[in-house]
Amino acid sequence: MTVVTLDGVSFSYEETLAVCDITFEIEEGEFLGLVGPNGSGKTTLLRIMLGLLEPDEGEATLFGETAHLFEEGARIGYVSQESTDRGGIMPVTVGEAVRMGRFAAAGRRLSDEDHRAVADALEKVGIADLADRPVGALSGGQKQRAYIARALASDADLLALDEPAVGVDAESREEFYGLLGSLNGEGITVVLIEHDIGVVTEHADRIACVDVELYHHGDTESFMKSGALEQAYGEKKRVLRQSH
Amino acid sequence: MSARNTVRRLRSALPSRHAAEIAALVVTGLLAVVMLGFVVLYWLQDVPGFGVAYEGYRELGLGMDAALGTNVFSYPFMWQSIATGVFIGVVAPLVGSFLVHRQMALIGETLAHTAFAGVAFGLLFAGLFGFGGSPLLAALIVSTVGALGVNWLTKHTDSYGDVPIAVVLSGSFAVATLVITYGRGQTGIDIEGYLFGDIAIVTAGSARLMAVLTVCVVGVVVWFYKELVFTTFDEQAARVARLDVDRYNTLLVVVTAVVVVGSMQILGVILVAGMLVIPVAAASQVSRSFRETVYVSIIFGQASVVAGFAFAVAAGMPSGGSIIVMTVILYVASVLSPD
Repeated sequence: MTVVTLDGVSFSYEETLAVCDITFEIEEGEFLGLVGPNGSGKTTLLRIMLGLLEPDEGEATLFGETAHLFEEGARIGYVSQESTDRGGIMPVTVGEAVRMGRFAAAGRRLSDEDHRAVADALEKVGIADLADRPVGALSGGQKQRAYIARALASDADLLALDEPAVGVDAESREEFYGLLGSLNGEGITVVLIEHDIGVVTEHADRIACVDVELYHHGDTESFMKSGALEQAYGEKKRVLRQSH
Repeated sequence: MSARNTVRRLRSALPSRHAAEIAALVVTGLLAVVMLGFVVLYWLQDVPGFGVAYEGYRELGLGMDAALGTNVFSYPFMWQSIATGVFIGVVAPLVGSFLVHRQMALIGETLAHTAFAGVAFGLLFAGLFGFGGSPLLAALIVSTVGALGVNWLTKHTDSYGDVPIAVVLSGSFAVATLVITYGRGQTGIDIEGYLFGDIAIVTAGSARLMAVLTVCVVGVVVWFYKELVFTTFDEQAARVARLDVDRYNTLLVVVTAVVVVGSMQILGVILVAGMLVIPVAAASQVSRSFRETVYVSIIFGQASVVAGFAFAVAAGMPSGGSIIVMTVILYVASVLSPD
């Protein structure tokens, strides 16, 4: 099943072209890494995929429906750097943050089933014992897990992550991407925007490289050989793989 | 060693933090219900059956004055003022909990100035055309329009979020000064009570309006609690989850306008924002969850209103300043309190 379809999608912020004529698909169970330099339109493209922005030209579909008209919000889990920053300021416990994952589909009050889904999600990411702890008191890695748990609590089929691991130490990042990999192994489709190309090529099975236009879309191996990296970044780049 | 044991024994004798919060919340709720009862019974005192219950309040007031050696609770207008203060102590921190964590602390200040312009218009119409309604109704209309205006400007202009707030704040206060100056020449309107807050300007009609607004605001916040929490915590994720974020943002700003209008009688235009922000800021220092922040900020708000009123009456000071000083004392105490 195709989860996301982009067909000739373009989008501008007034006079500035952010995304130009991009076409590719994301299949169910895929782990797509979305890479490109700063200001290359990655976040704009992700927002178009999720239906938060309507393309000026072309068409974006999500689970077979026009993306900006798609209504089943519970099928999408979303984590961004913005989310994790707010968690450091607002007094919210891990349990409260994860319960928000059920808000899209729940009735006025959360049912026993909702609470069970929250407990299962916390258990799955390994932070069930932190449910009563304020999000602001967690380490960077634990915070990422809390937000992934929020996405899992909603029974999301698609996990969209916009640079979720900025400021997280190397060990926690590796654990976090390991967790993403195992969730992807269970059939959840993952779209990840990440600056660290080494991490993306290590964990994702397909790469889309953009800089307003699409420079490459294909598996990791073909990306490494394609020269898209140099084209998009405008200079010679070398991907360093970290050993842990 | 014995001192340490004594401290340990005292600590174990104290109720747990959770139990203390629940008890304080119950007292706060009961106080609000008692005051709501007074406002309703005062309104319906001439209806057969209700007069007897109203007399019960009068006797309670006389008894309290006799017991406390005061001359306050025998007067219905004082009950109306206290009731209005108690309602403010509930709804202002309740709504403020969402505003503060959206970094919209100054919206209350803006809407208070907008409401001030509304009061000026209301008093002017009353003077010119004999319009007999509460000036707060005009304030409610103008403030709601101002709230929607701020929301619209924030969405449709390319500026920092606080620019529309500054524009509406200054603009509405400027309009108010023009209306007041014009009105003084035409009708001799007197509006100073609304600037600084005054117990004496709370009429039975204003207390009734505040009672209705309180019930509506509490109902709206309870009903939309999870949507408001989600959009406050992570607006982008809430949009992805297909919550109608713009609708909830508008709802929050309009509810804020309602709270501000009700609060300005007691607190005054200049101090209204304090009640929306300071109890929440204090509660955020000592709370671990958002729900606890909401509860503790209401408890702090109510404690400030009761203590502020007591001080204002005893010392002959303005109610608004007294209440806000109490919130500041609580804030300082919460900042200095050990973790």
